Amino acid sequence: MEVGKKRAVSFLLGLLSWGVALVFFFPIFWMVLNGFKEEIDANTDPKLVFDPTFDRFDEVTSQTQGLLGFREAFMNSVWAVSISTILVLVLAVPAAYALAIRPVAKWRDVLFFFISTKFLPVVAAILPLWIIARELDLLNTRLVLIILYTAMNLPLAVWMLRSFFSEVPKELIEAAQIDGAKLRGQITSVILPIVAPGLAATALLCVIFAWNEFFLAVQLNPVDGSTIPIWVTSNVSTRGNFLAKLSAASTLATLPVVLAGWLAQKRMIRGLSMGAIK
Amino acid sequence: MAEVRYENASRIYPGTDIPAVESLNLDIPDGELLVLVGPSGSGKSTALRMLAGLEFVDEGSVYINSEDVTLTPPQDRDIAMVFQNYALYPNMTVQANMGFALKQQGVAKPERAERVQEAARILDLEPYLDRKPKNLSGGQRQRVAMGRAIVRRPQVFLMDEPLSNLDAKLRVQTRTELADLQARLGVTTVYVTHDQVEAMTMGHRVAVLKDGILQQVDRPRTLYSRPVNLFVAGFIGSPAMNLVEAEAGGPDGVRLGTLALPLDEQVAHELAAREPGTYTLGVRPEHLQLASEGIAGEVTVVEELGSESYVHVAVEHQGGSLLLVVRAEGETMTQRGDNVQVSCRGPVHVFASNGERIGA
Repeated sequence: MEVGKKRAVSFLLGLLSWGVALVFFFPIFWMVLNGFKEEIDANTDPKLVFDPTFDRFDEVTSQTQGLLGFREAFMNSVWAVSISTILVLVLAVPAAYALAIRPVAKWRDVLFFFISTKFLPVVAAILPLWIIARELDLLNTRLVLIILYTAMNLPLAVWMLRSFFSEVPKELIEAAQIDGAKLRGQITSVILPIVAPGLAATALLCVIFAWNEFFLAVQLNPVDGSTIPIWVTSNVSTRGNFLAKLSAASTLATLPVVLAGWLAQKRMIRGLSMGAIK
Repeated sequence: MAEVRYENASRIYPGTDIPAVESLNLDIPDGELLVLVGPSGSGKSTALRMLAGLEFVDEGSVYINSEDVTLTPPQDRDIAMVFQNYALYPNMTVQANMGFALKQQGVAKPERAERVQEAARILDLEPYLDRKPKNLSGGQRQRVAMGRAIVRRPQVFLMDEPLSNLDAKLRVQTRTELADLQARLGVTTVYVTHDQVEAMTMGHRVAVLKDGILQQVDRPRTLYSRPVNLFVAGFIGSPAMNLVEAEAGGPDGVRLGTLALPLDEQVAHELAAREPGTYTLGVRPEHLQLASEGIAGEVTVVEELGSESYVHVAVEHQGGSLLLVVRAEGETMTQRGDNVQVSCRGPVHVFASNGERIGA
């Protein structure tokens, strides 16, 4: 009786989670599917069975709808995302060390300062940002996005890495000190390998946020240095509803993030500090 | 080869007034295994960490080989430490763990491998050199932590409760191995434990701490037979010494009820010169025995350990009930509820009201 009840509950819960997952996943699934359709199939009654074609992907990658093509936008995104993420990690690792492992005086205030930079809505700051960028001749450059994406992700990365660093057993760092490791050796040989999963998670989030960033890009860099999100919108046409083409473009824009997630996950699932102590 | 010296060394943690370690003075000669023992919060670990350089020394100094290392960072002290939780680098193999310090010193790879091999042979770790710590048992991890220390051939070994995460049987076995290893290597060792049995069995000398203050440092035998105060008397020895408040002083000697208790000549002499009053008497369980005449009492508990047994006897004392632990032979016939007589055959320790021992 009891066992039967338990089973029924877990079956229902399982069903529910599948249901929720499907509801979430369905739009993505439909988008991917639409990318492989003819425009006519995508815009009429929804069909599951059709002749898949790569034509839409060809179209969106070879033709230039807006101001620049897929290849340029993709490379712009790759540059902005990778350089900003590397910069964020290079700056956040020492900051996290100073906040977690050997806390500086008033480290709580410092930590709060970092997050307080996120209080201001970007919309409220865009005009001064735009003016500064114009004065510095940075409008329509990759550099302006690299700088802003670094600034945008840094507080988050510092917070995340701080909490990962705090979980490094204190004794491990002491053991490294006694073993004669200087600061650099302690960080590179002991701390970083242990926080590697956290580093991967942080990097992944920075990549996702920077890759998907639209507002700053569209305001400060809509022309030469524009990125993938802007390229996707350039496939929204005023001449009609090209749903299949837009779906193909969106699918292409999503793929790199999925790939990054898959790569990072492999690192993240490894135990944080298994076997270090006890 | 090194001597270690603490000179009035104090550590006061920020935000507190009471020192965790208060003007510690301790001389540890070359090659000695000195055990720091005390209850938790006694400052024993802090004292060790001061020597390691992991804890700031607020007052006084610490010397290694008559060189003042008070302000020297741990990296430059040429010491090795075994942590309670081992603190093995989880991302490195056993071999890399043991060789890490040598790598930091810039020792060439072939020599490093050779020295790690040698240590692994001593500690029976050869089959595990390529494993990561998470794939080792508790005992093996403990040995890797030891290995990491001995590979370095340091001036001083520091050990912070290195056996407390092992199960009872392995702990006893490792204890012996460790003492043997230390004797063979002849490296000055400071060993911290809260377990007085470990302290007594391993230490060449044992330093007893309480509330950050060194109570007594002596060879185990002396510590056991001549504790300088009530705290040491109660802390050292298992089961603990029977401590009884009683009237004493003056020429009459010491009595427990009707039982006259034997005293060392020196103790008797000094006690005779003192005012009569309330003193604390300390009697080891092995100095009490069940006899045909003595102080009468009732057995409440019998602890059979095989080779010996401890009989808890409730006797009447100063209008109340007093529990005495008496050591008896193994397989005693006594059981709970028996009426027995307890007599005393060994010298009794006497402590003044301030806890100090009477008769040096």
